[in-house]
Amino acid sequence: MKSEQSALQVRGLTKRFDRLAVDALDLTVRRGEFYALVGPNGAGKTTTLRMVAGLLRPDAGTVAIFGIDALAEPVAAKQMMAWVSDEPMIYDKLTPLEYLEFVAGLWGVDPEVAHRSARDLLVSLGLEPHLGERCEGFSKGMRQKVALAGALVHDPSLIILDEPLTGLDAVSARHVKGLLSDRVRAGSTVIMTTHILEVAERMADRIGVIAAGRLVAEGTLAELRQQNGRSDTSLEDLFIALVDVEAAA
Amino acid sequence: MSSDAALTWFARHELRLAWREWLAMMTGGRRRRKRAVAIGLIVFAAFMHIPAWAVIGRFADLRLPLDKSSLIVITASIFLAWALMLSQAIESVTRVFYARADLDLIMSSPVKLSNVFSIRIAAIALSITAMALLLSTPFVDVLVIVGGVRWLSAFGVVIAIGLSAAAVAIAATIVLFRLIGPARTRLVAQILAAIIGAGFVIALQVAAILSYGTLSRFAVLTSDAAAAIAPGIDSVVWWPARAALGDGEALLLLLLSVGLVLLGAVMAMFSASFADTAVSASVHAGSGPQDIRPKTFRGGSRQQALRRKEFVLLRRDPWLISQTLMQLLYLVPPALLLWRSFADSSTAIILITPVIVMAAGQLAGGLAWLTISGEDAADLVATAPLPPARIIRAKIEVVLIAIGMIFAPLVLALGVASPPQAAVTAVGVIIGATCATSIQLWFRVQAKRSQFRRRQTSSRLATFAEAFSSIGWAATAALALVVPTAAIISGALTAALLAATWKLSPRRG
Repeated sequence: MKSEQSALQVRGLTKRFDRLAVDALDLTVRRGEFYALVGPNGAGKTTTLRMVAGLLRPDAGTVAIFGIDALAEPVAAKQMMAWVSDEPMIYDKLTPLEYLEFVAGLWGVDPEVAHRSARDLLVSLGLEPHLGERCEGFSKGMRQKVALAGALVHDPSLIILDEPLTGLDAVSARHVKGLLSDRVRAGSTVIMTTHILEVAERMADRIGVIAAGRLVAEGTLAELRQQNGRSDTSLEDLFIALVDVEAAA
Repeated sequence: MSSDAALTWFARHELRLAWREWLAMMTGGRRRRKRAVAIGLIVFAAFMHIPAWAVIGRFADLRLPLDKSSLIVITASIFLAWALMLSQAIESVTRVFYARADLDLIMSSPVKLSNVFSIRIAAIALSITAMALLLSTPFVDVLVIVGGVRWLSAFGVVIAIGLSAAAVAIAATIVLFRLIGPARTRLVAQILAAIIGAGFVIALQVAAILSYGTLSRFAVLTSDAAAAIAPGIDSVVWWPARAALGDGEALLLLLLSVGLVLLGAVMAMFSASFADTAVSASVHAGSGPQDIRPKTFRGGSRQQALRRKEFVLLRRDPWLISQTLMQLLYLVPPALLLWRSFADSSTAIILITPVIVMAAGQLAGGLAWLTISGEDAADLVATAPLPPARIIRAKIEVVLIAIGMIFAPLVLALGVASPPQAAVTAVGVIIGATCATSIQLWFRVQAKRSQFRRRQTSSRLATFAEAFSSIGWAATAALALVVPTAAIISGALTAALLAATWKLSPRRG
């Protein structure tokens, strides 16, 4: 597959801290796809995505975002994507609207378009009563929603989310999932890590299972079942089986 | 566990937490530094005896009965120490209120809350007093060594004023809380803490300038006018001074009793409501004022968006407001001196230049840490489509613009009185602020703005370099006005210090 046809193409991505965190990883995510990256704690999911988002410099390998070499042209690559971490990083002393205004400004979005989009996003995430309040008193769920709205306000083509549903209540989680599905339907690409396998099972077009810094399995749920010879098993059972095999190896 | 045992256990727990927090402040949270910190503290304490001897050694032979002027000076010094302790105590109480920390655990535990919070109040008082004892030890040591053991009673006075300062701080913060609510109390308390700490000294300086045209505080304290309005020798006002001088154990015991009774009264009155206050504070900590929503988003470049964000955050930072206010307060005496100089063309006007340059350097260092290191959404900024160099440049611009906005009016006013001095001052402000900002840039670390209090522990080298840089450029600017040749040497030394700092900095590459 040519890199121009994929939203993300990672080749030989390697990162070592005290130990090898990501081990010559190859990963391709297609345009308009909802891709879930699952794996046990310390498998290298977050490190992989942080390298893709430009937050960590890889020791080796290449990252291409819509065909743009993200290591050689980071600014051009960043213009097309958004990053949301599991720990929402927002400014306590700004209101949600001010935060979104700042994000839109950083990505150079037309102010009028951004304002309309920001309001719609915040309203759809149930934050309308809090538009003028500073974020310092917000719960973790509310902060996560503000961070998510910030990621979407500049209409990125690639949305990278690291455990975005952590700390969200059921209603908020449904809002977020709905919003992400809408984005995928509108043509955006979503890559998400999650520990909630049910979410990956329901939402993702394809699922990648990562263990010890390597991609050990990848495909749709049906393909994963087929690869493992278990036709009617759940993703949870498949995941445990795959991770156990990797750990034994 | 019996009720008494539970309280003793909780008291030990509180003391352990206070000790560890202090240790973390000193070591920057690095365990391996404990030994180095212990050695450093011992060396520092030993070294502090030298300036203590220089400042206070000549007063060690003072004995009762004293004349009024001496009593006024000693009492004013004790009051200044009390004001500083009060300032520190207000800051501590505010921190206890607004940090949620273990509140949920304590509130859900099967213990009597009034008892638990009494202990917390006592722990605050104890930590304030312990810190005061630690800082006063070199001075009292000098007095004891030179003047005899009678001066040991000064330790008792320090304990008494520490206890009373803590009691007043707790009562004042809770009363403030009830009067103006949790949202505003934090800001007001921080500003109060800053003003109280500096206010007394500044007020004395202002009085000295208005009366005698000098910056010396002693001019007011030792004046005939002060002696004339001071109460009689037997007044209760002089008790702390007399107790410090070793005027009988009874007086000292009385002072200690007053401190303890005051603290006991505060515990009895407020411990029951302390829990409610703390809960309200932590719940409402965030519900600050509603901000007017912009009708539409503002346009501009990406750097403009960054600068706008930084200015909004700086404007809404309670620490910064209190610190700026304090810096401006420190500038009141020289400003007054400037105003008086219009009439009598006094050479004392030269003193204004180093004060302004020093204040600019110090404020720039704090601002630079907040904008460069204290980035709460580091991931967001790092993933923005903007080269890192432009992000840093925008942040530096914010620091320099803010410094310009604060100090330009002062320099302009100085320009009316003495254009050459204003020019030197302006250059000093620019160099001082640029150097302080550069040091923060070389030693930048990713941190939260709320960690500002601990910024000095992350790099002692940066802290000292920043202080010496500000002092060095202030001295250079002053010398440039009176002995230009000496200014060249002073400037070269300061530049060398900066070069050495850069060489040792982690961002050299």
